[in-house]
Amino acid sequence: MPPILESLLKIAVLIGGLMTAAAYLVLLERWIAAWVQDRLGPNRVGVPLTKIRLFGLGQPVADGGKFLTKGEFTPGHVDKILYFLAPMAIFVAAIAAFAVVPLGSVVLPASWGVGEPVRLAVAPGLDVGMLYIFAVGSVAVYGVVLGGWASNNKYSFFGAIRSSAQLISYELPLGLGILGVVLASGSLRLDNIIIEQARSGTWNALVQPLGFVVFCVAAFAEAGRLPFDLPEAEQELVGGYHTEYLGVKLMMYMVSEFLHMVLAAFLIVILFLGGWHFWGLTGSAEAVSWPVALLRAIVLLAKVMGAIFFFMLARWSWPRFRYDQLMEVAWKVMIPWGLINVVAVAAWMEYGVQLARPWNLSAAQGMAVVGWGVLLLCWLATTIIDPTASGNRPRRDLSANDNCLE
Amino acid sequence: MKTDDRNINWVREPRLGLAGRSYLLLFVQGLTTTLRHFFSRKKTVQSPEERHEIPDPPIYRGVHRLNRDQRGRVKCVACFLCATACPADCIDIVAAESPWTDREKYPQSFTIDELRCIFCGMCEEACPVDAIELTSLYDLSGKSREEMIFDKEKLLSVYDQTKNTEPMITKRD
Repeated sequence: MPPILESLLKIAVLIGGLMTAAAYLVLLERWIAAWVQDRLGPNRVGVPLTKIRLFGLGQPVADGGKFLTKGEFTPGHVDKILYFLAPMAIFVAAIAAFAVVPLGSVVLPASWGVGEPVRLAVAPGLDVGMLYIFAVGSVAVYGVVLGGWASNNKYSFFGAIRSSAQLISYELPLGLGILGVVLASGSLRLDNIIIEQARSGTWNALVQPLGFVVFCVAAFAEAGRLPFDLPEAEQELVGGYHTEYLGVKLMMYMVSEFLHMVLAAFLIVILFLGGWHFWGLTGSAEAVSWPVALLRAIVLLAKVMGAIFFFMLARWSWPRFRYDQLMEVAWKVMIPWGLINVVAVAAWMEYGVQLARPWNLSAAQGMAVVGWGVLLLCWLATTIIDPTASGNRPRRDLSANDNCLE
Repeated sequence: MKTDDRNINWVREPRLGLAGRSYLLLFVQGLTTTLRHFFSRKKTVQSPEERHEIPDPPIYRGVHRLNRDQRGRVKCVACFLCATACPADCIDIVAAESPWTDREKYPQSFTIDELRCIFCGMCEEACPVDAIELTSLYDLSGKSREEMIFDKEKLLSVYDQTKNTEPMITKRD
Protein backbone atom coordinates (compact mmCIF):
# COMPACT_ATOMS: atom_id res chain seq x y z
CA MET A 1 0.00 0.00 0.00
CA PRO A 2 1.44 3.41 -0.93
CA PRO A 3 2.14 5.55 2.14
CA ILE A 4 -0.17 8.36 1.06
CA LEU A 5 -3.10 5.94 0.81
CA GLU A 6 -2.25 4.48 4.19
CA SER A 7 -2.17 7.95 5.73
CA LEU A 8 -5.45 8.96 4.12
CA LEU A 9 -7.09 5.79 5.37
CA LYS A 10 -5.82 6.44 8.90
CA ILE A 11 -7.01 10.05 8.77
CA ALA A 12 -10.45 8.99 7.59
CA VAL A 13 -10.76 6.40 10.35
CA LEU A 14 -9.46 8.85 12.95
CA ILE A 15 -11.79 11.70 12.03
CA GLY A 16 -14.76 9.38 11.67
CA GLY A 17 -14.00 7.82 15.00
CA LEU A 18 -13.47 11.15 16.72
CA MET A 19 -16.68 12.69 15.41
CA THR A 20 -18.71 9.66 16.44
CA ALA A 21 -16.98 9.61 19.78
CA ALA A 22 -17.66 13.31 20.35
CA ALA A 23 -21.34 12.84 19.50
CA TYR A 24 -21.72 9.92 21.85
CA LEU A 25 -19.71 11.62 24.57
CA VAL A 26 -22.29 14.39 24.54
CA LEU A 27 -24.90 11.73 25.20
CA LEU A 28 -22.74 10.16 27.90
CA GLU A 29 -22.21 13.56 29.49
CA ARG A 30 -25.96 14.15 29.55
CA TRP A 31 -26.57 10.70 30.98
CA ILE A 32 -24.02 11.12 33.73
CA ALA A 33 -25.33 14.59 34.51
CA ALA A 34 -28.81 13.11 34.81
CA TRP A 35 -27.83 10.10 36.87
CA VAL A 36 -25.85 12.22 39.30
CA GLN A 37 -28.95 14.38 39.74
CA ASP A 38 -31.30 11.39 40.24
CA ARG A 39 -32.82 11.78 36.79
CA LEU A 40 -32.94 9.32 33.91
CA GLY A 41 -31.48 11.46 31.15
CA PRO A 42 -32.20 11.22 27.43
CA ASN A 43 -33.72 7.77 26.87
CA ARG A 44 -36.32 8.28 24.15
CA VAL A 45 -34.74 8.90 20.77
CA GLY A 46 -34.01 5.61 19.03
CA VAL A 47 -34.33 4.59 15.42
CA PRO A 48 -35.95 7.48 13.52
CA LEU A 49 -39.55 7.05 12.35
CA THR A 50 -40.09 3.98 14.52
CA LYS A 51 -40.98 3.47 18.14
CA ILE A 52 -37.73 1.65 18.89
CA ARG A 53 -35.98 3.54 21.66
CA LEU A 54 -32.59 1.88 22.18
CA PHE A 55 -32.11 3.65 25.53
CA GLY A 56 -31.82 6.98 23.72
CA LEU A 57 -28.86 6.03 21.57
CA GLY A 58 -30.35 7.97 18.68
CA GLN A 59 -29.99 11.22 20.59
CA PRO A 60 -26.65 12.26 19.01
CA VAL A 61 -28.17 11.94 15.53
CA ALA A 62 -31.07 14.14 16.58
CA ASP A 63 -28.74 16.65 18.23
CA GLY A 64 -26.50 16.80 15.17
CA GLY A 65 -29.48 17.17 12.86
CA LYS A 66 -30.78 20.01 14.97
CA PHE A 67 -27.48 21.85 14.89
CA LEU A 68 -27.02 21.34 11.15
CA THR A 69 -30.51 22.47 10.16
CA LYS A 70 -30.54 25.58 12.32
CA GLY A 71 -30.66 28.90 10.54
CA GLU A 72 -27.17 30.24 9.94
CA PHE A 73 -27.73 33.66 11.42
CA THR A 74 -24.77 35.99 11.77
CA PRO A 75 -25.21 38.80 14.29
CA GLY A 76 -24.81 42.22 12.69
CA HIS A 77 -22.25 43.56 15.13
CA VAL A 78 -19.56 40.92 14.79
CA ASP A 79 -16.25 40.99 12.99
CA LYS A 80 -17.26 38.77 10.08
CA ILE A 81 -13.90 37.29 9.13
CA LEU A 82 -12.73 36.46 12.62
CA TYR A 83 -16.20 35.28 13.55
CA PHE A 84 -15.97 32.58 10.88
CA LEU A 85 -12.30 31.86 11.39
CA ALA A 86 -12.33 31.29 15.15
CA PRO A 87 -14.38 28.08 15.31
CA MET A 88 -12.40 26.65 12.42
CA ALA A 89 -9.11 27.38 14.18
CA ILE A 90 -10.17 25.68 17.39
CA PHE A 91 -11.73 22.75 15.53
CA VAL A 92 -8.73 22.09 13.33
CA ALA A 93 -6.37 22.38 16.26
CA ALA A 94 -8.47 20.00 18.35
CA ILE A 95 -8.47 17.34 15.64
CA ALA A 96 -4.87 17.83 14.54
CA ALA A 97 -3.55 17.08 18.01
CA PHE A 98 -4.77 13.49 17.67
CA ALA A 99 -2.38 12.84 14.77
CA VAL A 100 0.36 11.64 17.10
CA VAL A 101 -1.79 9.72 19.58
CA PRO A 102 -0.62 6.10 19.24
CA LEU A 103 -2.94 3.13 19.55
CA GLY A 104 -0.10 0.59 19.27
CA SER A 105 1.39 -1.15 16.28
CA VAL A 106 0.37 -4.37 14.64
CA VAL A 107 2.18 -6.98 12.54
CA LEU A 108 -0.14 -8.02 9.75
CA PRO A 109 -0.29 -11.71 8.71
CA ALA A 110 2.45 -12.68 6.26
CA SER A 111 -0.10 -13.51 3.55
CA TRP A 112 -1.06 -9.84 3.28
CA GLY A 113 2.35 -9.03 1.90
CA VAL A 114 3.04 -6.13 4.25
CA GLY A 115 6.46 -6.64 5.72
CA GLU A 116 6.70 -3.80 8.18
CA PRO A 117 4.49 -3.54 11.24
CA VAL A 118 1.69 -1.00 10.82
CA ARG A 119 1.73 1.71 13.47
CA LEU A 120 -1.74 2.81 14.41
CA ALA A 121 -1.28 6.57 14.41
CA VAL A 122 -1.64 9.15 11.64
CA ALA A 123 1.87 10.48 12.17
CA PRO A 124 3.69 7.51 13.70
CA GLY A 125 7.15 7.91 15.12
CA LEU A 126 7.11 11.67 15.20
CA ASP A 127 10.09 12.26 17.45
CA VAL A 128 8.72 15.49 18.88
CA GLY A 129 5.23 14.09 19.49
CA MET A 130 4.83 15.77 22.86
CA LEU A 131 6.01 19.12 21.51
CA TYR A 132 3.63 18.79 18.58
CA ILE A 133 0.68 18.28 20.91
CA PHE A 134 1.74 21.31 22.90
CA ALA A 135 2.17 23.45 19.80
CA VAL A 136 -1.19 22.48 18.35
CA GLY A 137 -2.85 22.66 21.74
CA SER A 138 -1.88 26.29 22.19
CA VAL A 139 -3.63 27.16 18.93
CA ALA A 140 -6.86 26.42 20.79
CA VAL A 141 -6.29 29.66 22.72
CA TYR A 142 -6.57 31.54 19.44
CA GLY A 143 -9.92 29.96 18.71
CA VAL A 144 -11.23 31.09 22.07
CA VAL A 145 -9.72 34.57 22.04
CA LEU A 146 -10.64 35.29 18.43
CA GLY A 147 -14.16 34.03 19.01
CA GLY A 148 -14.60 36.23 22.05
CA TRP A 149 -13.08 39.25 20.34
CA ALA A 150 -14.99 38.83 17.09
CA SER A 151 -18.31 38.47 18.90
CA ASN A 152 -18.11 42.11 19.98
CA ASN A 153 -19.96 41.30 23.18
CA LYS A 154 -18.66 42.08 26.63
CA TYR A 155 -19.53 38.69 28.10
CA SER A 156 -17.88 36.85 25.24
CA PHE A 157 -14.87 39.05 25.69
CA PHE A 158 -14.70 38.43 29.43
CA GLY A 159 -14.83 34.71 28.71
CA ALA A 160 -12.07 35.00 26.14
CA ILE A 161 -9.85 37.08 28.43
CA ARG A 162 -10.31 34.68 31.30
CA SER A 163 -9.69 31.77 29.02
CA SER A 164 -6.47 33.13 27.59
CA ALA A 165 -5.05 33.87 31.03
CA GLN A 166 -6.16 30.49 32.30
CA LEU A 167 -4.85 28.45 29.39
CA ILE A 168 -1.50 30.24 29.41
CA SER A 169 -1.12 29.87 33.17
CA TYR A 170 -1.95 26.20 33.18
CA GLU A 171 0.31 25.36 30.29
CA LEU A 172 3.23 25.73 32.69
CA PRO A 173 2.16 23.04 35.19
CA LEU A 174 1.08 20.90 32.23
CA GLY A 175 4.57 21.10 30.79
CA LEU A 176 6.20 20.52 34.17
CA GLY A 177 4.05 17.46 34.73
CA ILE A 178 5.12 16.04 31.39
CA LEU A 179 8.75 16.93 31.93
CA GLY A 180 9.11 14.37 34.70
CA VAL A 181 7.74 11.65 32.43
CA VAL A 182 9.98 12.69 29.58
CA LEU A 183 13.01 12.65 31.89
CA ALA A 184 12.15 9.19 33.15
CA SER A 185 11.51 7.63 29.76
CA GLY A 186 14.08 9.61 27.83
CA SER A 187 11.84 10.28 24.85
CA LEU A 188 9.27 12.75 23.59
CA ARG A 189 7.63 10.07 21.48
CA LEU A 190 4.33 8.94 22.93
CA ASP A 191 4.71 5.32 21.80
CA ASN A 192 8.17 5.17 23.36
CA ILE A 193 6.77 6.50 26.62
CA ILE A 194 4.19 3.70 26.64
CA ILE A 195 6.74 1.03 25.74
CA GLU A 196 9.03 2.27 28.49
CA GLN A 197 6.24 1.89 31.01
CA ALA A 198 5.28 -1.54 29.64
CA ARG A 199 8.88 -2.75 29.76
CA SER A 200 9.47 -1.74 33.36
CA GLY A 201 5.91 -2.69 34.35
CA THR A 202 5.53 0.44 36.47
CA TRP A 203 3.14 3.12 35.32
CA ASN A 204 4.42 6.63 35.73
CA ALA A 205 1.54 7.54 38.04
CA LEU A 206 2.88 4.98 40.53
CA VAL A 207 6.39 6.38 40.65
CA GLN A 208 5.66 10.07 40.02
CA PRO A 209 2.37 10.71 41.82
CA LEU A 210 3.20 14.39 42.25
CA GLY A 211 3.63 14.84 38.51
CA PHE A 212 0.41 12.92 37.99
CA VAL A 213 -1.56 15.23 40.29
CA VAL A 214 -0.08 18.36 38.70
CA PHE A 215 -0.70 17.07 35.20
CA CYS A 216 -4.29 16.02 35.94
CA VAL A 217 -5.20 19.37 37.44
CA ALA A 218 -3.57 21.22 34.57
CA ALA A 219 -5.26 18.94 32.03
CA PHE A 220 -8.66 19.69 33.58
CA ALA A 221 -7.92 23.39 33.32
CA GLU A 222 -6.64 23.13 29.76
CA ALA A 223 -9.74 21.23 28.73
CA GLY A 224 -11.81 24.00 30.31
CA ARG A 225 -13.83 21.54 32.38
CA LEU A 226 -15.33 22.17 35.77
CA PRO A 227 -14.03 23.03 38.33
CA PHE A 228 -11.97 25.20 35.97
CA ASP A 229 -14.61 26.19 33.42
CA LEU A 230 -14.34 29.94 33.96
CA PRO A 231 -14.17 30.75 30.24
CA GLU A 232 -17.83 29.90 29.95
CA ALA A 233 -19.09 30.07 33.52
CA GLU A 234 -22.74 30.19 32.59
CA GLN A 235 -23.91 31.80 35.82
CA GLU A 236 -21.64 34.77 35.21
CA LEU A 237 -20.98 35.05 31.49
CA VAL A 238 -24.12 33.76 29.73
CA GLY A 239 -22.20 31.33 27.52
CA GLY A 240 -18.69 32.72 27.66
CA TYR A 241 -16.75 33.10 24.44
CA HIS A 242 -19.36 31.34 22.32
CA THR A 243 -22.36 33.36 23.47
CA GLU A 244 -22.85 34.82 19.99
CA TYR A 245 -22.46 31.56 18.12
CA LEU A 246 -25.16 29.24 16.88
CA GLY A 247 -25.74 26.33 14.56
CA VAL A 248 -22.77 24.64 12.97
CA LYS A 249 -20.24 27.09 14.40
CA LEU A 250 -21.48 26.50 17.92
CA MET A 251 -21.31 22.79 17.25
CA MET A 252 -17.68 23.15 16.20
CA TYR A 253 -16.93 24.82 19.52
CA MET A 254 -18.80 22.15 21.44
CA VAL A 255 -17.12 19.30 19.60
CA SER A 256 -13.71 20.92 20.08
CA GLU A 257 -14.37 21.15 23.78
CA PHE A 258 -15.16 17.47 23.91
CA LEU A 259 -12.11 16.65 21.79
CA HIS A 260 -9.95 18.62 24.22
CA MET A 261 -11.33 16.49 27.00
CA VAL A 262 -10.69 13.29 25.03
CA LEU A 263 -7.16 14.41 24.26
CA ALA A 264 -6.56 15.23 27.92
CA ALA A 265 -7.85 11.77 28.85
CA PHE A 266 -5.59 10.15 26.24
CA LEU A 267 -2.58 12.07 27.52
CA ILE A 268 -3.30 11.19 31.14
CA VAL A 269 -3.56 7.53 30.20
CA ILE A 270 -0.59 7.44 27.85
CA LEU A 271 1.81 9.46 29.98
CA PHE A 272 0.87 8.27 33.44
CA LEU A 273 -1.36 5.21 33.34
CA GLY A 274 0.64 2.95 31.07
CA GLY A 275 -1.18 3.48 27.77
CA TRP A 276 -2.15 0.09 26.37
CA HIS A 277 -0.15 -1.79 29.00
CA PHE A 278 -1.81 -3.98 31.56
CA TRP A 279 0.09 -6.42 33.74
CA GLY A 280 0.13 -9.99 32.44
CA LEU A 281 -2.23 -9.18 29.60
CA THR A 282 -0.65 -7.21 26.81
CA GLY A 283 3.08 -7.96 26.91
CA SER A 284 5.66 -5.31 26.23
CA ALA A 285 6.96 -5.95 22.70
CA GLU A 286 6.74 -3.00 20.33
CA ALA A 287 4.85 -4.72 17.48
CA VAL A 288 2.50 -7.62 18.03
CA SER A 289 0.10 -9.80 16.06
CA TRP A 290 -3.40 -8.51 15.55
CA PRO A 291 -5.26 -10.22 18.43
CA VAL A 292 -2.86 -8.73 20.95
CA ALA A 293 -2.94 -5.38 19.15
CA LEU A 294 -6.73 -5.41 19.38
CA LEU A 295 -6.52 -6.27 23.05
CA ARG A 296 -4.11 -3.38 23.56
CA ALA A 297 -6.43 -0.97 21.78
CA ILE A 298 -9.30 -2.15 23.97
CA VAL A 299 -7.25 -1.73 27.14
CA LEU A 300 -6.16 1.76 26.07
CA LEU A 301 -9.69 2.83 25.17
CA ALA A 302 -11.08 1.36 28.38
CA LYS A 303 -8.61 3.41 30.39
CA VAL A 304 -9.45 6.50 28.37
CA MET A 305 -13.14 5.93 29.01
CA GLY A 306 -12.38 5.65 32.70
CA ALA A 307 -10.55 8.97 32.60
CA ILE A 308 -13.41 10.59 30.69
CA PHE A 309 -15.88 9.22 33.22
CA PHE A 310 -13.85 10.88 35.95
CA PHE A 311 -13.86 14.14 33.97
CA MET A 312 -17.64 14.01 33.76
CA LEU A 313 -18.16 13.07 37.39
CA ALA A 314 -15.82 15.85 38.46
CA ARG A 315 -18.13 18.34 36.81
CA TRP A 316 -20.82 17.63 39.40
CA SER A 317 -18.56 16.92 42.36
CA TRP A 318 -16.74 20.15 43.07
CA PRO A 319 -17.71 23.80 42.89
CA ARG A 320 -16.04 26.09 40.40
CA PHE A 321 -13.00 28.05 41.55
CA ARG A 322 -13.22 31.78 41.79
CA TYR A 323 -10.95 33.47 39.30
CA ASP A 324 -8.31 34.59 41.80
CA GLN A 325 -8.36 31.14 43.36
CA LEU A 326 -7.85 29.63 39.94
CA MET A 327 -4.78 31.75 39.36
CA GLU A 328 -3.44 31.12 42.85
CA VAL A 329 -3.81 27.38 42.43
CA ALA A 330 -1.83 27.60 39.21
CA TRP A 331 0.97 29.92 40.27
CA LYS A 332 1.31 29.26 43.98
CA VAL A 333 0.61 25.54 44.17
CA MET A 334 0.77 23.71 40.85
CA ILE A 335 3.88 25.31 39.38
CA PRO A 336 5.99 24.85 42.54
CA TRP A 337 4.78 21.27 42.81
CA GLY A 338 5.66 20.65 39.19
CA LEU A 339 9.13 22.13 39.68
CA ILE A 340 9.71 20.02 42.76
CA ASN A 341 8.63 16.95 40.84
CA VAL A 342 11.03 17.70 38.00
CA VAL A 343 13.89 18.23 40.44
CA ALA A 344 13.04 15.03 42.33
CA VAL A 345 12.87 12.96 39.14
CA ALA A 346 16.06 14.48 37.77
CA ALA A 347 17.90 13.88 41.01
CA TRP A 348 16.66 10.32 41.10
CA MET A 349 17.72 9.69 37.51
CA GLU A 350 21.21 10.92 38.39
CA TYR A 351 21.84 9.48 41.84
CA GLY A 352 18.98 7.05 42.36
CA VAL A 353 20.74 3.79 41.64
CA GLN A 354 23.52 4.47 44.16
CA LEU A 355 21.01 5.68 46.72
CA ALA A 356 18.74 2.66 46.35
CA ARG A 357 21.49 0.06 46.57
CA PRO A 358 22.09 0.09 50.35
CA TRP A 359 18.33 -0.07 51.01
CA ASN A 360 18.04 -3.15 48.80
CA LEU A 361 15.36 -1.56 46.60
CA SER A 362 14.91 -1.91 42.86
CA ALA A 363 15.06 1.28 40.80
CA ALA A 364 11.28 1.42 40.43
CA GLN A 365 10.63 0.82 44.11
CA GLY A 366 13.09 3.47 45.12
CA MET A 367 11.57 5.95 42.72
CA ALA A 368 8.10 5.17 44.04
CA VAL A 369 9.24 5.75 47.61
CA VAL A 370 10.79 9.08 46.62
CA GLY A 371 7.77 10.06 44.51
CA TRP A 372 5.15 9.36 47.18
CA GLY A 373 7.34 10.91 49.84
CA VAL A 374 7.69 14.09 47.82
CA LEU A 375 3.94 14.18 47.16
CA LEU A 376 3.15 13.77 50.84
CA LEU A 377 5.65 16.43 51.88
CA CYS A 378 4.45 18.88 49.24
CA TRP A 379 0.83 18.38 50.17
CA LEU A 380 1.59 18.75 53.87
CA ALA A 381 3.70 21.86 53.31
CA THR A 382 1.01 23.44 51.14
CA THR A 383 -1.63 22.67 53.73
CA ILE A 384 0.38 24.30 56.49
CA ILE A 385 1.67 27.30 54.53
CA ASP A 386 -1.68 27.77 52.81
CA PRO A 387 -0.43 30.00 49.98
CA THR A 388 -3.90 30.50 48.52
CA ALA A 389 -5.52 31.94 51.64
CA SER A 390 -5.30 35.60 50.68
CA GLY A 391 -8.69 35.66 48.98
CA ASN A 392 -11.34 38.28 49.70
CA ARG A 393 -9.21 40.22 52.15
CA PRO A 394 -10.02 43.89 52.66
CA ARG A 395 -7.48 46.22 51.16
CA ARG A 396 -4.83 47.19 53.64
CA ASP A 397 -5.61 50.89 53.40
CA LEU A 398 -9.19 50.09 54.30
CA SER A 399 -8.55 47.82 57.25
CA ALA A 400 -8.77 50.80 59.61
CA ASN A 401 -12.23 51.35 58.23
CA ASP A 402 -14.73 50.90 61.05
CA ASN A 403 -17.22 49.00 58.93
CA CYS A 404 -14.78 46.21 58.24
CA LEU A 405 -16.23 43.11 59.88
CA GLU A 406 -13.84 40.63 61.36
CA MET B 1 -19.38 51.89 43.49
CA LYS B 2 -16.05 52.78 45.03
CA THR B 3 -14.21 50.30 47.20
CA ASP B 4 -14.01 52.81 50.06
CA ASP B 5 -17.77 53.31 50.11
CA ARG B 6 -18.98 53.46 53.71
CA ASN B 7 -21.87 51.19 52.79
CA ILE B 8 -19.65 48.29 51.85
CA ASN B 9 -19.11 45.76 54.58
CA TRP B 10 -15.86 43.96 54.02
CA VAL B 11 -16.14 40.45 55.36
CA ARG B 12 -13.05 38.46 56.17
CA GLU B 13 -13.24 34.85 55.09
CA PRO B 14 -13.09 32.45 58.02
CA ARG B 15 -9.79 30.62 57.96
CA LEU B 16 -10.15 26.98 57.06
CA GLY B 17 -8.90 24.22 59.33
CA LEU B 18 -6.14 21.85 58.32
CA ALA B 19 -8.55 19.37 56.74
CA GLY B 20 -10.18 22.10 54.69
CA ARG B 21 -6.89 23.56 53.58
CA SER B 22 -5.57 20.23 52.41
CA TYR B 23 -8.55 20.09 50.02
CA LEU B 24 -8.49 16.32 50.33
CA LEU B 25 -11.59 16.04 52.49
CA LEU B 26 -13.57 18.26 50.16
CA PHE B 27 -12.37 16.23 47.21
CA VAL B 28 -13.53 12.96 48.74
CA GLN B 29 -16.81 14.43 49.99
CA GLY B 30 -17.72 15.78 46.56
CA LEU B 31 -16.91 12.54 44.83
CA THR B 32 -18.80 10.36 47.30
CA THR B 33 -21.87 12.58 47.03
CA THR B 34 -21.99 12.33 43.26
CA LEU B 35 -21.29 8.61 43.29
CA ARG B 36 -24.00 8.01 45.86
CA HIS B 37 -26.55 9.78 43.70
CA PHE B 38 -25.16 8.13 40.58
CA PHE B 39 -26.23 4.72 41.82
CA SER B 40 -29.36 5.77 43.69
CA ARG B 41 -32.92 5.16 42.53
CA LYS B 42 -34.03 7.70 39.92
CA LYS B 43 -36.97 9.95 40.66
CA THR B 44 -38.06 10.66 37.10
CA VAL B 45 -41.74 10.02 36.30
CA GLN B 46 -41.80 8.97 32.67
CA SER B 47 -44.75 10.98 31.45
CA PRO B 48 -46.91 10.30 29.44
CA GLU B 49 -46.63 6.54 30.11
CA GLU B 50 -46.39 7.06 33.85
CA ARG B 51 -48.45 9.70 35.62
CA HIS B 52 -47.82 11.70 38.72
CA GLU B 53 -49.66 10.35 41.70
CA ILE B 54 -52.49 12.70 42.66
CA PRO B 55 -53.39 12.25 46.33
CA ASP B 56 -56.87 11.06 47.26
CA PRO B 57 -58.98 13.19 47.82
CA PRO B 58 -57.58 15.01 44.80
CA ILE B 59 -55.97 18.04 46.37
CA TYR B 60 -54.66 19.52 43.17
CA ARG B 61 -55.20 22.71 41.19
CA GLY B 62 -55.56 21.72 37.55
CA VAL B 63 -58.09 22.63 34.87
CA HIS B 64 -61.33 24.25 36.03
CA ARG B 65 -64.73 22.68 35.72
CA LEU B 66 -68.24 24.09 36.08
CA ASN B 67 -70.32 21.76 38.22
CA ARG B 68 -73.84 20.67 37.36
CA ASP B 69 -76.60 20.24 39.88
CA GLN B 70 -78.76 17.10 40.18
CA ARG B 71 -80.99 18.16 37.27
CA GLY B 72 -77.98 18.63 35.00
CA ARG B 73 -78.13 22.43 34.99
CA VAL B 74 -75.13 24.63 35.56
CA LYS B 75 -74.85 25.37 39.27
CA CYS B 76 -73.42 28.84 38.77
CA VAL B 77 -75.64 31.75 39.83
CA ALA B 78 -73.57 34.42 38.07
CA CYS B 79 -72.72 36.26 41.27
CA PHE B 80 -69.31 37.39 39.91
CA LEU B 81 -67.51 36.53 43.15
CA CYS B 82 -65.01 34.33 41.34
CA ALA B 83 -64.34 36.96 38.68
CA THR B 84 -63.80 39.51 41.44
CA ALA B 85 -61.50 37.25 43.41
CA CYS B 86 -59.44 36.27 40.39
CA PRO B 87 -56.01 37.94 40.63
CA ALA B 88 -55.23 37.20 37.00
CA ASP B 89 -58.49 38.59 35.67
CA CYS B 90 -59.09 35.59 33.51
CA ILE B 91 -62.77 34.89 34.22
CA ASP B 92 -65.39 36.58 32.08
CA ILE B 93 -69.08 36.11 32.92
CA VAL B 94 -72.10 37.44 31.11
CA ALA B 95 -75.12 37.15 33.38
CA ALA B 96 -78.72 36.82 32.25
CA GLU B 97 -82.05 36.35 33.90
CA SER B 98 -82.47 32.79 34.98
CA PRO B 99 -85.04 30.64 33.16
CA TRP B 100 -85.45 28.64 36.34
CA THR B 101 -87.41 29.57 39.44
CA ASP B 102 -84.83 28.68 42.09
CA ARG B 103 -82.46 31.58 41.31
CA GLU B 104 -82.49 35.00 39.78
CA LYS B 105 -79.46 34.91 37.48
CA TYR B 106 -77.49 32.36 35.54
CA PRO B 107 -74.38 32.72 33.35
CA GLN B 108 -75.28 33.18 29.74
CA SER B 109 -71.63 32.79 28.93
CA PHE B 110 -68.79 31.82 31.23
CA THR B 111 -65.26 31.87 29.81
CA ILE B 112 -61.91 31.26 31.46
CA ASP B 113 -58.67 32.13 29.69
CA GLU B 114 -56.57 29.15 30.75
CA LEU B 115 -53.42 30.83 29.50
CA ARG B 116 -53.90 33.79 31.84
CA CYS B 117 -54.98 31.66 34.77
CA ILE B 118 -52.34 31.16 37.44
CA PHE B 119 -54.18 28.22 39.04
CA CYS B 120 -54.29 29.81 42.48
CA GLY B 121 -57.70 28.35 43.34
CA MET B 122 -59.19 31.66 44.59
CA CYS B 123 -62.27 31.23 42.39
CA GLU B 124 -62.95 27.91 44.02
CA GLU B 125 -62.59 29.52 47.45
CA ALA B 126 -64.84 32.42 46.55
CA CYS B 127 -67.72 30.48 45.02
CA PRO B 128 -70.75 30.50 47.36
CA VAL B 129 -72.49 27.60 45.59
CA ASP B 130 -69.49 25.37 44.79
CA ALA B 131 -70.07 25.78 41.10
CA ILE B 132 -66.45 26.21 40.04
CA GLU B 133 -63.81 23.72 41.05
CA LEU B 134 -60.27 22.90 40.03
CA THR B 135 -59.72 19.31 38.91
CA SER B 136 -56.59 17.25 38.95
CA LEU B 137 -56.16 17.28 35.16
CA TYR B 138 -52.83 18.97 34.65
CA ASP B 139 -51.75 18.32 31.09
CA LEU B 140 -53.90 20.72 29.14
CA SER B 141 -52.50 21.95 25.87
CA GLY B 142 -53.74 23.50 22.68
CA LYS B 143 -52.52 24.60 19.29
CA SER B 144 -53.71 28.21 19.45
CA ARG B 145 -54.49 30.88 22.01
CA GLU B 146 -58.17 30.85 21.05
CA GLU B 147 -58.35 27.15 21.76
CA MET B 148 -57.19 27.76 25.32
CA ILE B 149 -60.07 30.11 26.15
CA PHE B 150 -62.55 27.67 27.65
CA ASP B 151 -66.25 28.54 27.31
CA LYS B 152 -69.18 27.28 29.36
CA GLU B 153 -69.75 24.16 27.29
CA LYS B 154 -66.13 23.17 27.53
CA LEU B 155 -66.03 23.77 31.29
CA LEU B 156 -69.20 21.72 31.76
CA SER B 157 -67.73 18.95 29.65
CA VAL B 158 -64.71 18.88 31.96
CA TYR B 159 -67.21 18.23 34.75
CA ASP B 160 -68.81 15.40 32.80
CA GLN B 161 -65.38 13.96 32.19
CA THR B 162 -64.23 14.09 35.80
CA LYS B 163 -67.40 13.74 37.87
CA ASN B 164 -66.91 10.01 38.48
CA THR B 165 -63.26 10.18 39.48
CA GLU B 166 -63.49 13.42 41.41
CA PRO B 167 -66.82 13.90 43.16
CA MET B 168 -67.68 17.38 44.33
CA ILE B 169 -65.94 18.15 47.57
CA THR B 170 -69.00 19.54 49.38
CA LYS B 171 -72.59 18.74 48.56
CA ARG B 172 -74.98 21.48 49.59
CA ASP B 173 -78.05 20.41 47.62
